[in-house]
Amino acid sequence: MTYNFTVSPDFNPNHLSGWFIFNTWLQKAIGEGIHLELFDDFDSQRRAIADNQFDLIYANPYDASLLVREKGFLPLVSPQNKSDEAIIAVRADCPAHVVEDLKPGLRISSTDDPDVNMMCMIMLEPCDLSAENTVLHRSDTYVIVAKNLIQGDADVGFFLEETYSELSNMIRSQLRPLVQSQIQVINHVLLVGPRLIHMRETMGNALMTMTQEEKGQGVLESLGFSGWETVSEEDTEFMIDLMDTLED
Amino acid sequence: MVVDMSPDDLIGEHREVLLKYHDGTVRQVLVTDVETPMPDGRLIVSRTDPQGLITHVNQSFIEMAGYPEEELIGAPHYILRHPDMPAAAFKMLWDTLKENKKWHGYVKNLRKDGGYYWVYATVIPNIRGGQLMGYTSVRRKPSRTKVREAEELYRTLS
Repeated sequence: MTYNFTVSPDFNPNHLSGWFIFNTWLQKAIGEGIHLELFDDFDSQRRAIADNQFDLIYANPYDASLLVREKGFLPLVSPQNKSDEAIIAVRADCPAHVVEDLKPGLRISSTDDPDVNMMCMIMLEPCDLSAENTVLHRSDTYVIVAKNLIQGDADVGFFLEETYSELSNMIRSQLRPLVQSQIQVINHVLLVGPRLIHMRETMGNALMTMTQEEKGQGVLESLGFSGWETVSEEDTEFMIDLMDTLED
Repeated sequence: MVVDMSPDDLIGEHREVLLKYHDGTVRQVLVTDVETPMPDGRLIVSRTDPQGLITHVNQSFIEMAGYPEEELIGAPHYILRHPDMPAAAFKMLWDTLKENKKWHGYVKNLRKDGGYYWVYATVIPNIRGGQLMGYTSVRRKPSRTKVREAEELYRTLS
């Protein structure tokens, strides 16, 4: 039997090939066939998840809630020392220096990354900005968000911190972070679904010993990770509760 | 155990208030007019057991409340209650939580040094296998407009 694996579409494009390398490594490590399918957007992936097409998902915190509480997925691991943080950035010459400098009518450029958008909208709350008095323009990638800012088509851009820091120097030199989240307890998590749950312990052991073998280390590097850390069911439940508190 | 606040911990002039909590505990609190603004981008996170005793706090909680972690763990969450907060607001909180529903609202919290900080707080019951295991509370930087509205409303409540 071949199992199906997918990755949250907010993965860093620089690490696209890394996920295929990881999938090859994982198949060898557990002796099972796994097909990796990547999506360009969240909606297409969510439809496939709703259709129960996947057995292994590297999920963003937002989707982890649905997968654990409604689809019977269980947590395996999270990347070590890698929490999800968000940045609201402006053009380098923007007169705004703190969030309170932003005004209603603000033009926002963002991707459809749900947890980044939620964190960034929370960071706008102190200056009474919300979906009601801002204009949101959705773009396909963070590079396009950056271009919208540089070209003056948007006042602020929402970024995943990791992606912002990996924008080219030329792009970043034309931007400036206005505010950055320091939440520290929200992160992506690798979840295993009901059809593959019998391999949970085997996969967990293989993932946690990756750093001890040369090949495993190379695979982790291709993903931009230093290693994995075990995630308990309670850790995930806590994160889901926390995400729930942020939704309104 | 809940101890009275100490003048040694205070910054600035203070007034004394005797607070009586819902469990009958009485505590003398010392209050100043010094506000500590909530930093941008931070979340204050804590967890309690079903009785409201603190079991987990994050670094932002420690910094904003001004207590060392060892004084917070095991203490009732109400040690942060500011005397300007009306009992009615907390009654609404607990009535909502008892129905296993999420509560949110604007809260003025009391620091160990007698100062205060305003937050937008959300509290959610932690249900595991149908059982209440405790509560998670997440607080974030509030809008000043909403804080002013809350101040006016709370002055009218007892």
